[in-house]
Amino acid sequence: MQPAVSIDHLVKRFDPAGVGGAWRRALGRPLKDPIVALDAISVQVRRGEVYGIVGSNGSGKSTLARVIATLLLPDSGSVRVFGHDVVREARTVRRFMNRVSVEASFFKKLSPLENLTFTARIYGLPAAEAHQQIFEILKRLDIEEKAIRRPMDQMSRGQQQKVAVARALLTSPVLLILDEPTTGLDPRSKREVQDFIREVRDTHDATVILMTHDMDEAEQLCNRLAVIEKGRILVEDKPSALRREGETLEDAFIRLTGHAVEVHEPDETAAGGGG
Amino acid sequence: MVPLRRELGASYAFVERNFRAVRRYWGWEVVFLFHSIVSALTVAYIAPGGVVVAGQQFDADRLILFLVVGTVVWAYLDSVFDSVAFMVSWERWEGTIESTFMAPIRRVTFIAGSSAFAVLYSFARAVVILVVVALFFSLDLAAANWVGAFAVLAIGSLGLLGIGIMAAALPLLFLERGSQMTVVVQASLLLVSGVYYPVEVLPDWLEWFSVISPATYVLNAMRAAVLDGVTLVDLLPHFGPLMLITAVTMPVGVWVFGWAERYALRHGRLKRSG
Repeated sequence: MQPAVSIDHLVKRFDPAGVGGAWRRALGRPLKDPIVALDAISVQVRRGEVYGIVGSNGSGKSTLARVIATLLLPDSGSVRVFGHDVVREARTVRRFMNRVSVEASFFKKLSPLENLTFTARIYGLPAAEAHQQIFEILKRLDIEEKAIRRPMDQMSRGQQQKVAVARALLTSPVLLILDEPTTGLDPRSKREVQDFIREVRDTHDATVILMTHDMDEAEQLCNRLAVIEKGRILVEDKPSALRREGETLEDAFIRLTGHAVEVHEPDETAAGGGG
Repeated sequence: MVPLRRELGASYAFVERNFRAVRRYWGWEVVFLFHSIVSALTVAYIAPGGVVVAGQQFDADRLILFLVVGTVVWAYLDSVFDSVAFMVSWERWEGTIESTFMAPIRRVTFIAGSSAFAVLYSFARAVVILVVVALFFSLDLAAANWVGAFAVLAIGSLGLLGIGIMAAALPLLFLERGSQMTVVVQASLLLVSGVYYPVEVLPDWLEWFSVISPATYVLNAMRAAVLDGVTLVDLLPHFGPLMLITAVTMPVGVWVFGWAERYALRHGRLKRSG
């Protein structure tokens, strides 16, 4: 059976000098070494599973999410989503994939209804059908009817994040990339978003890749887990198989990486290789 | 046919969303419109002021109309350029650039939608400014050829959109400085295009730049249509350079944007840090 996502020897480096690097090179000035964000990563994600990728900030999680989501071009190696190459067939991949990032990225002055209507239009969903679906999904997420028409900047971060998940679901993705969807949320909002992910897992025929540094979340939601550190996959298995007897998943993470999970707030997430 | 309809629908999504955003920021819209109207009036009053300062009579009414056409057309062109050139910066500022660029649409659809919004929004603003300024002066517009003026604006917008699309690519190459460079391009167009004076008064080396600015031809043709009531047929020679500029800047603009996007995707510069 063809895997949902097939990653083969994926390498991604970032040149800290940026555009100026070409000038510095031309002028013979010293250049900083490139940052290796992904170092020959190979992963196979099976259809219908929730595949977790756990790691600290700067480990390469978000970079990996962006490459799969066609938002970053790899330096070498390949990523195929349902057999389609993310570089050569980016638009095809985008049609059946969606991503929820650590920040709920919306026009914050617009309402959830306005933001989701925009999404429906750019994904070519019929207007009437989309409108009905938007109300259904938002109600399922316990978002009050009056809040649906109010600007999103009047909602809590947890509610905004739920709308972000709703937006992804509206496009009926067969691959859902959740890049730290609960980071920075208060416990209640976190639980609500996690419950919703669980519901998606149980009721939708979608493959989910969950990037997280929350070990409890990873253990509860994921069928399989990979531990990523400095751009490399250290180990990959079922959560229960990663733990030794008497160990928590966090203990296992410390044993494997040599340190506890380091977490920064969402605002500190870097552009290219946030996590 | 279905994919085309789908792309058109997606283009419309940008028009609709941007107008909704304008409505939500209505307070700022009113302030910016007030500023534009006051600027236009301030410039137009230079004409009667000039009579007082020079101490001799000249055709102040014609100068008022010359300046009003300049300010209103510039308000339109500046707004079109601004809306298009900052389409990437706007998405980035709102934090939506990644979700927008991840949508399964052609990039030209995003550009077309943003451009259509820019033209409609800027036209509406320009009409309001013209109406208010006209209330302050007894402008003689009886001879104006409005059909010709509209045609000039339509064709002239395309050439400027091409340059705006190129400018929009700058923030994809340079996270912070890209937007700053866009402002420099915008200001330079104001200087060399003959908005408030004929370009002949510029030093030779500066006047040369007016040749490559589409705004120069738009302003000349608009003044011919509104001040002198030149017929559509007589306006045709003005359209040649505008169409030539459009034929060059439009495809080059779209190509540059695509190239800049690939650069941003390769170097992780789509999204701003922090």
